Amino acid sequence: MYQYNSQDRQIQQERVQQFRSQVQRRLAGELSEEEFRPLRLMNGLYLQLHAYMLRVAVPYGLLSSRQMRMLAHIARKYDKGYGHFTTRQNIQYNWIKLTDVPDILADLASVEMHANQTSGNCIRNISSDEYAGVIADELEDPRPYAEIARQYSTFHPEFSYLPRKFKLAFTGAETDRTAVLFHDIGIRLVKNEAGEVGFAFYAGGGMGRTPMVGKLVRAWIEKEHLLTYTEAIMRVYNRYGRRDNKFKARIKILVHELGIEEFTREVEEEFAHIKDSSLKLTQAEIDRVKAYFTAPDYKDLPADDEGLTQAMADNRAFANWVKHNTVAHKVPGYRAIVVSLKTRGVAPGDVTDDQMEAIADLADEYSFGEIRTTHQQNLVLADVEQGRLFELWERLTGLHLATANVGTLTDIICCPGLDYCSLANARSIPIAERILERFDDLDHLYDLGEIRIKMSGCINACGHHHAGHIGILGVDKKGEELYQITLGGSAADDASVGKIIGPGFPAEEVVPAIEKLLDVYVEQRDGEGERFLDTLRRIGVTPFKERVYADH
Amino acid sequence: MQIIKSNEIVEDTWTTVEGEDASAVGEGDVIVPFALWQAARETLKGRNGGLGILLEPGDAVEDIIDDLDRFQVIALNFPSFTDGRHYSTARLLRERYGYDRELRAVGDVLRDQIFYMHRCGFDAYAPNPRHPIEDVLKGLKDFTVKYQPAADEPEPLFRRF
Repeated sequence: MYQYNSQDRQIQQERVQQFRSQVQRRLAGELSEEEFRPLRLMNGLYLQLHAYMLRVAVPYGLLSSRQMRMLAHIARKYDKGYGHFTTRQNIQYNWIKLTDVPDILADLASVEMHANQTSGNCIRNISSDEYAGVIADELEDPRPYAEIARQYSTFHPEFSYLPRKFKLAFTGAETDRTAVLFHDIGIRLVKNEAGEVGFAFYAGGGMGRTPMVGKLVRAWIEKEHLLTYTEAIMRVYNRYGRRDNKFKARIKILVHELGIEEFTREVEEEFAHIKDSSLKLTQAEIDRVKAYFTAPDYKDLPADDEGLTQAMADNRAFANWVKHNTVAHKVPGYRAIVVSLKTRGVAPGDVTDDQMEAIADLADEYSFGEIRTTHQQNLVLADVEQGRLFELWERLTGLHLATANVGTLTDIICCPGLDYCSLANARSIPIAERILERFDDLDHLYDLGEIRIKMSGCINACGHHHAGHIGILGVDKKGEELYQITLGGSAADDASVGKIIGPGFPAEEVVPAIEKLLDVYVEQRDGEGERFLDTLRRIGVTPFKERVYADH
Repeated sequence: MQIIKSNEIVEDTWTTVEGEDASAVGEGDVIVPFALWQAARETLKGRNGGLGILLEPGDAVEDIIDDLDRFQVIALNFPSFTDGRHYSTARLLRERYGYDRELRAVGDVLRDQIFYMHRCGFDAYAPNPRHPIEDVLKGLKDFTVKYQPAADEPEPLFRRF
């Protein structure tokens, strides 16, 4: 993974000093809360219901075991012993004291981490594919480009006071796992007709109260223009994005109001001015950063492992886990494994300090000391020998991190909701808990197949409910917490925005409503191969709606 | 009033004119709003004394580029420090249109933003009077490392290794 050079270290130390000064001035009353707010947000610090929440960046979802141990240390020393992994591959701590934050940032800097721009109206932490570098359907590892973009976007003098937040995602795979079309800029590595690898740029995707799927701005551009093309889009947005209404300030509204043709014309006009500027990437820089993302020292292993086959035959629970929580690796004899953070009694994405340290140890023992965080709020050990899967599974089982539910109904994406968040209208975590409780029969889950449930405690859509096959949105109706259900969203290559099916339900009626939706699916599906989403798209929303509201 | 200019605190010798009435413009060095410049360009060209122009965030820099040599000062107003449009205006003036005289940030100009303002090409700052100007000046020293090229640094860090 990328290692800081002396200048990367220097700028990070300067950032810590800057924020230390800002906190001191805030505490001394020299900075008003209004003046301080954007500054703390740009260091990932939110004021929540009970305390400050600190969101630490995990650039493109990649962590070393050493960094994971530091995250455990922070959870233990400064928080209540746990952290929460988010849909943008970051980690949040919910019980932070303002006066501790400069020290936490210094601790993070000591392991080449930071909380830069994890909030605020600036370029946010850049997300990427959790299987980057190990998946077979990948054209090229996107992480070097995400790192180049991380450095470019860090403390950008022109783009730190944008109309609204700005999120970038990179993928190099044929199958998108990053929700690239729900980002302000989504960047895919693609080939042109001549077979050269470059970038496709999408813009204007996003969640929030006006969800939109990103639109293609440039189908292919040379790699050397990664930053110049990004800068052209950023400048058009910074100059012309709406600032009169917070809810219309994302780039998706600008793209929508101008139309993609006019937006693209303006971007191309700006790009023409800067495409040959010094910002154009050099091959030397691409090579320098790529050199940090080379393959680890893989063993020469057979594609099939008899011990694994036997262990799967002997142990059904293990076989289920291999089937659902592991992924084929491009190198024979290896698999990538998903550490499920969705288990009964725990908020989706939450990990304790002890678990973090144990995961760091497992990463050292089984996966070259690296861990990835995922958009689905799970963790990945990407380079595990097949022959060692069984012992790893046993260790994960002992840590309550081996629930074999990845990609199923209970692999829920969920925001912190009203239990923590000052924006929320309703609680999310207790609903997730009800779903995990009701659907804890794995065979039932496997029969239902791939279903994405995503839940947000308010219209800001941090839990991406718009992109859930089944989305759940918490609303406040005259003081009562109600939950609206949306159907038909997807964050994958077939990206779509789910539609609300009708009036909301009180908390205790959410699970029964989901059961009815699943009944319709099971009755109507065209064989077991047809996913919930595909049945829904084939027969339409009406049969689902009628069943759910039959008694109302 | 004092301003920061070229890293020092100095007395401001310029008067900012309000409104759109050219006859109200007095003697000496004046900064006029963009609207007044548009309405009374010929009158303003003929007067004695220095001329500067004040742009609001919504004013398009493209509308003054043919007149850049008329202005000794271009002042860019930040009605709120969170309105970042003029960071782009400043870079365009410096890097695209070659403006090389005083570029002044006015309005809600604070310590924690002026490092970025400097990077984008500002060389003068009229800070928000709520804060001591000596404190605001300290903000220019926040960082020594810069990843991106901007008005203060022609090359990105990756070309400076």
